[in-house]
Amino acid sequence: MSEAGGSDEVILELANVEASYGPVQALRGVSLKVRRGKIVTVLGANGAGKSTILKTISGIIDPRKGQIRFEGEEIQRKDPALVVRRGIGHVPEGREVFPLLTVEENLRMGAYTRSDAAGVAGDIELVYGYFPILKERAKQEAGLLSGGEQQMLAISRALLSRPRLMLMDEPSLGLSPLLTQEIFRIIARINREQGTTILLVEQNANMALEVAEFGYVLEVGRIVMEDSCANLARKEDVQEFYLGMKAEGVRGQRRWKKKKQWR
Amino acid sequence: MAGVSLGCVYALVALGFVLIYKATETVNFAQGDLMMLGAFFALTASVMMGWPYWATILFAITVMAVVGMLIERIVLRPVLGQPAFTVVMITIGVGYVMRGVVTMIPGWGTDTHQIATPFAEAIWNVGGVVLPVQQLGVIAMTAALCAVLYLFFRFSRLGVAMQATSQNQLAAYYMGIPVRRVNMMIWGLSAGVAAFAGILLAPATFIHSNMGFIGLKAFPAAVLGGFGSVPGAIVGGLIIGVVEALAGYYLPEGFKDVAAYVVLLVVLMVRPSGIFGETARKKV
Ligand SMILES: Nc1ncnc2c1ncn2[C@@H]1O[C@H](COP(=O)(O)OP(=O)(O)OP(=O)(O)O)[C@@H](O)[C@H]1O
Ligand SMILES: [Mg+2]
Repeated sequence: MSEAGGSDEVILELANVEASYGPVQALRGVSLKVRRGKIVTVLGANGAGKSTILKTISGIIDPRKGQIRFEGEEIQRKDPALVVRRGIGHVPEGREVFPLLTVEENLRMGAYTRSDAAGVAGDIELVYGYFPILKERAKQEAGLLSGGEQQMLAISRALLSRPRLMLMDEPSLGLSPLLTQEIFRIIARINREQGTTILLVEQNANMALEVAEFGYVLEVGRIVMEDSCANLARKEDVQEFYLGMKAEGVRGQRRWKKKKQWR
Repeated sequence: MAGVSLGCVYALVALGFVLIYKATETVNFAQGDLMMLGAFFALTASVMMGWPYWATILFAITVMAVVGMLIERIVLRPVLGQPAFTVVMITIGVGYVMRGVVTMIPGWGTDTHQIATPFAEAIWNVGGVVLPVQQLGVIAMTAALCAVLYLFFRFSRLGVAMQATSQNQLAAYYMGIPVRRVNMMIWGLSAGVAAFAGILLAPATFIHSNMGFIGLKAFPAAVLGGFGSVPGAIVGGLIIGVVEALAGYYLPEGFKDVAAYVVLLVVLMVRPSGIFGETARKKV
């Protein structure tokens, strides 16, 4: 299973994807590529459309135009259940655990599409290895976990479908800096040890650029920049707007407006 | 004892309300009529085809489960996402249609019917306490059904998936749970439970096209228990059954029928979200 690094094969490709909520257009032609075994990040401010990208890949939202190819096959407008079966797991924004089910039942729901009981049991032990606290809380209702523990559960639950591609929507949301670091360390470990490709959406650009190899910058539904994370971290605009290293104060805000037009 | 056994029927109908409400946030006002229809199918199996009691029960539950799933698939799924009011009106309409259809079917019609049960009108006399076997049977069968449902929801993959879907539908989609199919099966389950309730109710009130109005008593039972709580529906049903029986015994004529709503008002004044309601979780 694990074939981390190495191959340059494109596992996921979005080509000119447009999506909208009623009259509100959220994605205005997004194209991006994710190579197998890598961690790729999409950065963007609130409302840029990051979550919409992930929901469109998962089949929660049908795109109006464009194609989404996973392992060479088109998956746009497919049923979410089918997308999971094909090998895409989703860690949703805000955790979205099943609050009244126990931790263990939540994990079993993550494995809903699988029928190999032994494999599932093994994978439950595997995620308990990543997050020992979940093993301690196995019989407790998930709604009673702390925010950080719920995030660990959401990641573990997605892992239980044995995805080849994991979509992660702001895993650092609402976590302390220390816990954020721990979560990111484990994301890197999962990628390394399981060979799982990861598409990571973040507002915490610092962390995302550190853990990912390649990054896209999204502004109001459009990709405005793409580069290796090392390069992105050096770019002035990225430093200014996403890494919080403001140089010019109010004038910077004006330039920000101009930047929005740029594509 | 009569109160408890009638309360069991309220509890089962209330349970049907709650299952559907939790899964789809729809209040199904046709629940009582599903029960009525289930009783008529039992009538067909028992009297017209001469099947034994147990086969009758299985037959009615199975047919009604299919009917429930079809209602979801054909009538309700197309209006998915419409305002709650629209959906509720549709369930009321479905109830009317069922009542109308039943009166048109030969052998069913507007008459009252009865089915034979193995619990004859016998009475057990245990140490001076008189126990009607009929009512004990109703209580035992309700308890058995509740046990089966408990095991199903707690331990089967589909049962846990049903819980998951009603707790967080979006997350269920993310997990690859076929949410629409699961909701359809919840309608089927709920209609099957209604059929069971109808069979239990039959000896007490006879089978007729208006027996579904008992839903008007089961509804306060569901609210009493804290709409959305399965154990709450059972407890709520039992309370209303018992209170009603006591009111019929000790209070003047007429109090019996309003007793359910009086209890409801009193409880809601003390605990606005019902007995098992989640007070802390939803603060508007
Ligand atoms: N359910 C919805 N109905 C209508 N509009 C929506 C809906 N969800 C998102 N939008 C709009 O679509 C745009 C993109 O939203 P999206 O959730 O993808 O942003 P995001 O980049 O994930 O933001 P955040 O960082 O705050 O999570 C926003 O303008 C938002 O207002
Ligand atoms: Mg988002």
